[in-house]
Amino acid sequence: MATFMAPENAEAKQAVADAATEVAAEVTKAPLPPVETAHPWAMPTAASTFAEDTDALYYFITALDTVFFVIIMGAMGYFMWKYRRRSKDQKTSSITHSGIVEFLWSAIPTVLLLVIFVWGECDFVKQSVPPADALDVRVTGQKWYWTVEYPKYPGVSLSSSTEEPALTLMVPKDKPVRLTMTSTDVIHSFYVPAFRVKRDVVPGRYTQIWFQATRVGEFNLFCTEYCGDLHSQMTGVVKVLEPDNFERALIAAGILEKEDGESLAAYGERVYRRRGCAACHSVEGKDGIGPAWNGLYGRTESLTDGTTVKADDEYIKNSIYEPNSQIVAGYSPQMPSYQGLLDEEQVTAVIEYIKTLK
Amino acid sequence: MADAHSNESNYLTATRGLKSWLFTLDHKRIGLMYLVGVLVFFLAGGLFALTLRTELLTPEGGDFISATTYNKMFTLHGAVMVFLVIIPSVPAALGNFLLPLMLGAKDVAFPRLNLLSFWVYTLGSMFFLYTLAAGQLDTGWTFYTPYSNTTGTAVISATFGAFILGFSSILTGLNFVVTVHKMRAPGMTWNKMPLMVWALYSTAVIQVLATPVLAITLLLLIVERTLMIGIFDPAMGGDPVLYQHFFWFYSHPAVYIMILPGFGIESELIAVHSRKHIFGYKAIALSSVAIAIISFVVWGHHMFVSGQSELAGIVFSFLTFAVAVPTAIKTFSWVATLYKGSIEFNTPMLYGLMFLFTFSIGGLTGIFLGALSVDVHLHDTYFVVAHFHYVMMGGTIIAFVGGIHHWWPKMFGVMYSERWGKISALFIFVGFNMTFFNQFLLGQQGMPRRYWSYVPQFQQQHILSTVGGYLLLIGFTIIAIYLVHSLRNGKKVGPNPWNAQSLEWTHTASPPIEHNFHGQPVVENDPYNYPEIDRTGASH
Repeated sequence: MATFMAPENAEAKQAVADAATEVAAEVTKAPLPPVETAHPWAMPTAASTFAEDTDALYYFITALDTVFFVIIMGAMGYFMWKYRRRSKDQKTSSITHSGIVEFLWSAIPTVLLLVIFVWGECDFVKQSVPPADALDVRVTGQKWYWTVEYPKYPGVSLSSSTEEPALTLMVPKDKPVRLTMTSTDVIHSFYVPAFRVKRDVVPGRYTQIWFQATRVGEFNLFCTEYCGDLHSQMTGVVKVLEPDNFERALIAAGILEKEDGESLAAYGERVYRRRGCAACHSVEGKDGIGPAWNGLYGRTESLTDGTTVKADDEYIKNSIYEPNSQIVAGYSPQMPSYQGLLDEEQVTAVIEYIKTLK
Repeated sequence: MADAHSNESNYLTATRGLKSWLFTLDHKRIGLMYLVGVLVFFLAGGLFALTLRTELLTPEGGDFISATTYNKMFTLHGAVMVFLVIIPSVPAALGNFLLPLMLGAKDVAFPRLNLLSFWVYTLGSMFFLYTLAAGQLDTGWTFYTPYSNTTGTAVISATFGAFILGFSSILTGLNFVVTVHKMRAPGMTWNKMPLMVWALYSTAVIQVLATPVLAITLLLLIVERTLMIGIFDPAMGGDPVLYQHFFWFYSHPAVYIMILPGFGIESELIAVHSRKHIFGYKAIALSSVAIAIISFVVWGHHMFVSGQSELAGIVFSFLTFAVAVPTAIKTFSWVATLYKGSIEFNTPMLYGLMFLFTFSIGGLTGIFLGALSVDVHLHDTYFVVAHFHYVMMGGTIIAFVGGIHHWWPKMFGVMYSERWGKISALFIFVGFNMTFFNQFLLGQQGMPRRYWSYVPQFQQQHILSTVGGYLLLIGFTIIAIYLVHSLRNGKKVGPNPWNAQSLEWTHTASPPIEHNFHGQPVVENDPYNYPEIDRTGASH
């Protein structure tokens, strides 16, 4: 565990080893959590402090809208029945306006709308100011997966997968968490319905949200800003844990290191699944955003500039660190560089893994 | 009076041959050509939507179309429906036909400019068609940067198409503003204009003022893509959120370009077919103008979660609630118009009443989205999709269809089958609500928009929504059949089958003669002064 630095106490370090296998299995096999709504007419499960505030206003507006809709439609329906044309020369009223009625139906909605504005505004301001003691989390959006890092826990990182629902964000219950987010390519949007939080993740700037989870469980994470082909697969699982278990489980799930006795190729496969490679590269020959990996090693590839290159160790390493320098014919330069994201050992492991794919 | 000239040729028969249409300066013919274009694109946009709905029958993506095809389909659906259908539908198609007739004028102020704007529209549509043929546009109709900079698709031809269409919109708007100011018949004071004219006027003002911003934005986008000058793309030092400000600075007022003319039609439908003077004429007219003004300062409500400052979000939320008030006033006034009326449930009126139902839902659900904290949850979910379809389709398209039925006898001098009209209206009412009401529920549960695959819990509501979409197809197909059928076989009607009081009914034949009126009509009466109104002992 060369890069492992936190937490500093030895006990936690020991606990990591125990939990590693268990949680690692969970990472790849986590079922897509249900949206957990009691009823299609209800809001989804409320799992953050904001959710309760937002739902209260949501139901208030629903009630108010229902009253107004019933009044408007009730009046319309009554008039339709009462004043239906019975005879060709049926007389109609000469009324053209009424100052008092028009004043009332302008003033009453104005007041009610102001109430809703102030209510929504107050909750929104609360959502905009993270408490100073919040746990910091860095979120990066890229086509088409999320990576999540914890500055307090170096080396810990989680990422989503377009292939299966993967554990993407772990947070402790009842503790404020602040997400500082950016994108490496286009605009994405980070949305956890159960928390009622959403914020665009914009390249070239940092955006921030915070929340405090109130319920242990697994919840959906969606990308809600259209970002291309696999937009609808840019989803993940947010897991809320009891504060006591949080650190241990996070480290177990978030450290990606070669285990004792694990082969390089097996480690490479874990890197492939956990670091977003699977988003674009199939290992079963399926045509993806990037070339499939099976049968790749040793093959001669034609590039977009007309030259050819043999897919050897050096080429693969170069394709990972400087992906847009050599583009295989038929593909477009879309891959982000993994410089600084994968270390030498991980790249070697990935190469060994590719060698095993026929 | 028009009966005396019933054997005279009308605008449809005055001249013959394709050229007499393509180079006509007659606003009525130009309106009809727009109508044909709009309806063709409406069919195309509708079929794109059904393709999407069919794919969404199952949660897994790819059982009908690939993700790439899906993304192109929703882009084309949105772009075609907004730029080629809804924006020109009422103003350019019906408005062109009606405005001079309602004002008692011989034509619009600049007939040649009017023809030019039709040809510019055609040219812009060609660019869209080219994009379609190339099968290459997947940015969504909003063309958000930096996605639109990086995608390998035909963004340039599509944005150039939208750029050209913008000019058509500006020219029509300019023409209408001048026409309303300068060409009103003697006696037609501002307070005696039909509300349809007020609505077209407010719309035209927005078109002239807002559309240039879209043109500038799209041009900057093209410049960025072709010359690699960083404006919106952060990779080149630009700001992607700036693009959203530019885009919505036009596109929010454009929402009112789309809905205000629908309000105009609604006022006519409700008053004429309930034989009542419109309730609160001044309030309705002035609220159109108020909406036109406020609509310029609410664009940021599309961006509450975009990363714009919180303070900006708060100001935009406040202004958004301000624009809700004049809209509410209009709705109440239409319902009040029915009071003590003599309501006939013919096809145009069914659409007028349907509008009150669907548009009320569209308006009331806007309150959720204006409220900041609630919008954070609902933004970019199906709730928004449902909301704007209730406004754009439940408002504008329903009013447009009602307007086509209302003025069909004026345009062609024939009446369609009233029975089939009612049957198809039922299909559309049920189909529309089935398609879109479910989407509110999907959205509140967190279903994001523009998703090709989704979590299985949502499937039931997606299926209902898709079935509703097919009911809409049936409804619109019936309408198309009986309207076309009526052109040859419909019962001939006199100049004023609804016994309405505005000039297009009282002073010219159906269809109107080429030059609209024999001599200059003079307005003495209010456009809503129906003979059934009981004036005995009335205080008003």
